Amino acid sequence: MIEQHLPILLIALPLLAAPLIVLLGGRRRAYILALTVCWCVFGIAVAVMSRVLGTGPISYELGGWPSPYGIVYVVDYLSAFVMLFVSGIGAIVLTYAPASINREIPLSKHYLFCATYLLCLTGLLGMCITGDLFNVFVFLEISSLSSYALISLGKTRRAPMAALQYLILGTIGATFFLIGIGLLYQMTGTLNMADIASRLESVDGSKTKLVAFAFMTVGLCVKMAVFPLHTWLPNAYTYAPSVVTCFIAATATKVSVYAFIRLVFGIFTPHFAFEEMPLGDALMIFSLVGIFVASTAAIYQTNIKRLLAWSSVAQLGYMLLGISMANVGGLSAGIVHMFNHALIKGGLFMVVGCFVLQIGSVKLEDLRGAGKTMPLTSFAWVIGGLGLIGIPMTAGFVSKWLLLTSAVGAGLWPVGIFMLLSSLLAVVYVWRVVEILYFSEPSKLAEKATEAPIQMLIPMYVVIGATIVFGCWTEFSIGIAHEAAVSLVGSVTSGGTP
Amino acid sequence: MTMETFLGLYNYWIVIFLMMTGFYIVIARGNLIKTIIGLNIFQTSVFLLYITMGKVTGGIAPIVSESDGHGAENHDAGHEHDAVNSAAEHAFNGSGAFESGAETATESGEFESGIETGVDSWVQTVGYDEPIADGVAGHANDAISEVVYSNPLPSVLMLTAIVVGIATTALALALVVRIREEYGTIEEDEILEMDRNS
Repeated sequence: MIEQHLPILLIALPLLAAPLIVLLGGRRRAYILALTVCWCVFGIAVAVMSRVLGTGPISYELGGWPSPYGIVYVVDYLSAFVMLFVSGIGAIVLTYAPASINREIPLSKHYLFCATYLLCLTGLLGMCITGDLFNVFVFLEISSLSSYALISLGKTRRAPMAALQYLILGTIGATFFLIGIGLLYQMTGTLNMADIASRLESVDGSKTKLVAFAFMTVGLCVKMAVFPLHTWLPNAYTYAPSVVTCFIAATATKVSVYAFIRLVFGIFTPHFAFEEMPLGDALMIFSLVGIFVASTAAIYQTNIKRLLAWSSVAQLGYMLLGISMANVGGLSAGIVHMFNHALIKGGLFMVVGCFVLQIGSVKLEDLRGAGKTMPLTSFAWVIGGLGLIGIPMTAGFVSKWLLLTSAVGAGLWPVGIFMLLSSLLAVVYVWRVVEILYFSEPSKLAEKATEAPIQMLIPMYVVIGATIVFGCWTEFSIGIAHEAAVSLVGSVTSGGTP
Repeated sequence: MTMETFLGLYNYWIVIFLMMTGFYIVIARGNLIKTIIGLNIFQTSVFLLYITMGKVTGGIAPIVSESDGHGAENHDAGHEHDAVNSAAEHAFNGSGAFESGAETATESGEFESGIETGVDSWVQTVGYDEPIADGVAGHANDAISEVVYSNPLPSVLMLTAIVVGIATTALALALVVRIREEYGTIEEDEILEMDRNS
């Protein structure tokens, strides 16, 4: 009985819990309730994933209204996979949170933090699960609005300004997306993604389709922080509380990438996007330029959070590079990199959260010599950093290797060479921090620091350990990503699945 | 583009004008409140876009009956007469129109058939994108085509979007209040200047 309703519970549970937390109030109560809900949601995501693996994609009709008239939730390989790691990261980060938020967020605002966190999770999961285009917009705004609020909780006075800048760009992006939805609705008279896809086939060469495609692509590119539209990201990640940065950096941009994949492959079809429109070339150029510019910028940062934020912009380039190839190999590499990067970046920001808690600074000069006083935390940075570079046996290697082989397989030798060169840049910025941690005279702050509390170390090592596990055991992640890519790229003839 | 199509699309020109105005304000103004106002104008233009596309000349409420739009045939004539609107009645009165279309009508059933076809045309105009039923019910179509039907769906979508817009504005204003408390100004240049110096 309840098994049938798992897809809606995934959304309804955190959505209902959020106002409940605000009504209940109370710091401890709020946190425990939020944590329970997060782990429940993760459990549901696992159950849904296993059902999809067992019996194929699930389609859930809200209120029993049949598909083109009512709103339908669709769980297939890709959405189940994205929801799995989003809810997983959400649960682990919240487990890690208490010590960190005690320090960084005023105690009186903890229950609001918990409620907003759950809303953000709802929005992200909703974007993955829904098969209705307008619903995507609504969930996009739910997650965006709550992330603006979360970012503004940062302690420094720059946090509200960073949140406002993100809000302005994010709203423009979301409104562009809304304009695109409107134009698509005007052409097809429907909002159901599968329905739009099947009706769009008959609308060829229409300018409205072109304009809709342009608006939606640009809108999502803002949310994804694709290179020239990334300006909101470094400030937002830098000035948000550490826990918020962990969560948002690991999930928000990935879910936007997911929505982009759905849009390009599910609705507009690769034929239109890559053959009639030059999306492939454009994405490839922007992502390669983005990888180089952002990696270079990361090298020159003196703030460890900002360094990781720039690295996020660069890593996003790899995902888009995979998508831009528009073949099964490239797309599955992009999808696997979404997952791997979520783990790596989530883990690394958790490391930074420990430094912030114990040392009280995010400046690289204050972290000097922390390897001696905080050995476990520093070691986690080394492992995560290796994953970021893409050393064999780490998760980062798997996706970069897939990307490299499919680039070379498609005859794109220069892209392969650029990728190797850009990995060298990653070596530089990761090594810079390693050198500071281990081979410098301790700074005053780092000398006094002690190891981070165990409640933070365990979740951190779960995530960091996962990057090693998924670097060695690749069947799960690559298998699902491959299935998802086949169903997306193979859907050219059938008109697309939602 | 002729003058007529140019003027006919005036709603869309307003949409584009508002959109660009809002966008320009967001980009060009350094005052945070003005930026938010620009953002609001930008969002409002999208509301207008949706509402414009919701107006359909000659559209009709999409009533879907179980037997694929011909469910009315099961009813008796008297009942139909109540159900059919003045447009269908109009079709019946214009009896000349029957000759071409109502081939299957028996002598005794001519009245009924006329109503039926009227009803059919009524049902077939379900949704504005369906072709308006031709032939018999031409008069009915004339009556319907004068009606500017308002598709409720875009309006409902915009209600949601308005709520989102209000939430965004409220949050943005709250952030501006905090920025003002911290920096003592809401001019972006001055804030960035203070950040650089600190």
